[in-house]
Amino acid sequence: MDIARVISKRSSALWAPFLILILLASLPLCAPQYTIILLTTIFMYIVITVSWTMFSGPTGYISLAPAAFFGVGVYTSALLGLVLPLPAIIGIGGLASFCLALFVGALTLRLRGTYFVMFTFGLVELLLHFVLWWEVNITGTTGRVVPTVNNTKVFYFMLIIFVILMFALYTIRGSRFGLALEAIGQNEDAAAHTGVNVTMVKVITFAISAFFMGAAGALMATRWTYIDPKIAFNPLLSFMPVLMAIFGGMGQLYGPIIGAAIFAYLEEFLITRFPYYYMLIFGTIMVIAIVYMPEGLVGLIRRLLKSSTEGRHART
Amino acid sequence: MIVRVLDIGIAGLLLGGIYALIAVGLTLQYGVARVLNIAHGEFIMIGAFITWSLYIIFGINPLLSLAICGPAIFTIGFLLYRTLFRRLRISSASPAAFEGSSMLACFGLLFIIQNLAILIWGADIKGYSYLAFPIRFWGQTFAANRLITLGFALAIGLIFYFFLTWSRLGKAIRAAAQDAAAAELMGINIDQVLALCFGFGALMAGLGGTLLSMSYKIQPTMGLEYTVIALIVIVLGGLGSIPGSFIGGLLLGLVGSIVTYIQPGLSLVAYYLLFMLLLLAKPTGILGK
Repeated sequence: MDIARVISKRSSALWAPFLILILLASLPLCAPQYTIILLTTIFMYIVITVSWTMFSGPTGYISLAPAAFFGVGVYTSALLGLVLPLPAIIGIGGLASFCLALFVGALTLRLRGTYFVMFTFGLVELLLHFVLWWEVNITGTTGRVVPTVNNTKVFYFMLIIFVILMFALYTIRGSRFGLALEAIGQNEDAAAHTGVNVTMVKVITFAISAFFMGAAGALMATRWTYIDPKIAFNPLLSFMPVLMAIFGGMGQLYGPIIGAAIFAYLEEFLITRFPYYYMLIFGTIMVIAIVYMPEGLVGLIRRLLKSSTEGRHART
Repeated sequence: MIVRVLDIGIAGLLLGGIYALIAVGLTLQYGVARVLNIAHGEFIMIGAFITWSLYIIFGINPLLSLAICGPAIFTIGFLLYRTLFRRLRISSASPAAFEGSSMLACFGLLFIIQNLAILIWGADIKGYSYLAFPIRFWGQTFAANRLITLGFALAIGLIFYFFLTWSRLGKAIRAAAQDAAAAELMGINIDQVLALCFGFGALMAGLGGTLLSMSYKIQPTMGLEYTVIALIVIVLGGLGSIPGSFIGGLLLGLVGSIVTYIQPGLSLVAYYLLFMLLLLAKPTGILGK
């Protein structure tokens, strides 16, 4: 009986995401343009947050570099937008971020967690200032124009990036590589002693997560038409995934997705209603979430469910 | 040539004095209180803006503002630790967990403080002119306000160093920096000491901001850049070492002035390259253990 239950649970767990995907994919046929644009933004945040969690979730190393990788993608799109087709640009944007992450990771990931946080935090500022200097002094421009792409096409590509990301995440989780990553998060020294090549596992995962951020950046650049270094390397994009993942809860796969979806919608709502107070509210929610919901929304709901079932047990 | 070297050197020290002060503040907060305060730059910004307002609206001398800004920002820092970070410290399972969650809470603070400042003062770049007359010195001319800035930064650093080495509270702070749990067992009220440390860190940032506002332009989003600089300096000086951060600050100021002389606009990039080399060669810093 137990086996039957497991099988039915498995198949429903497999079919539910497919159904949602098919629904989402058929949405552009009937939904208004605004919904498509909003959904694209939501999926952009989901992609960045989930790829952030891919590395920082199991290892516990807090990366503050998403904005750097995203920005690299944006600039790839700006430089190659007129020359290459969109899928190639997305791929190259991802690869550029992948290479940057390999380099940064190899430099810093053998060090203690704090150094890593500081380094990634500075990386965004470094790239911002460097590109700004380069544009002003070498190319003599401040901004660049990116060729626009039809909204529905952007939405489909974002959905494809998301599906590939989830597939990569599942594959890593189920593999020996994923187990090694878990082990590093639990006790890095012990993992190293049992024969895990700690640095290599960390660097590669970091680079894979950067690939998706770069790809998302390359795609989103086509939505903005005009970019400059301050738009491309917006430090806010480094903090958003951290907040979204923590708000949703990092213990479960769907936690960051829920967190990102809620926050992306909240952002849209707050920006249109309270443009001047939006960041203030954002900061306040962040502090409250960290103090009162250390395990995120998913953890909070689980705790509530647990206490309610315990209460029922107590009554019977 | 020698004159030019001297010129660059002194300009570097003038910049380095502020870096040193800011970095000592962050060392207190991170090295002792274990809060990696990403909002450090925001306290600098508040100090700068309070000074600006006092000068523009009430005509209060910016040097006098040091005495007003200091205690005000110290109180903010102290209360923040007593309410927010103390709570996080108690609820965290391990010191590493506290480091992570307190840093993330600082991000929240960063947004709150920065946007409150934008609401109050607007997002424009501001500045005022104070003691901007030239002083002749070794055949060179310097702006008086920059020399005063350096003088005050060095004096504040020295006073604080003597306070740490000689006073009872200073010894308690150093004990807490070495081992918070052992210090508590020795009868030190650790909550109080850590809150004071965080307060002192904010105080340094506030004073740094006041001094900065005398010779540089200010704006509500300026904090992040100084936070990055302070982070680089505390790694350069060795995490947790107060004399180290002071020396590191002066050194980084020199580097900044040399790079600005060669290629203006690239100073932050140079700091970062230095940081990368340091992490590769000697991650423990100049005075680290």
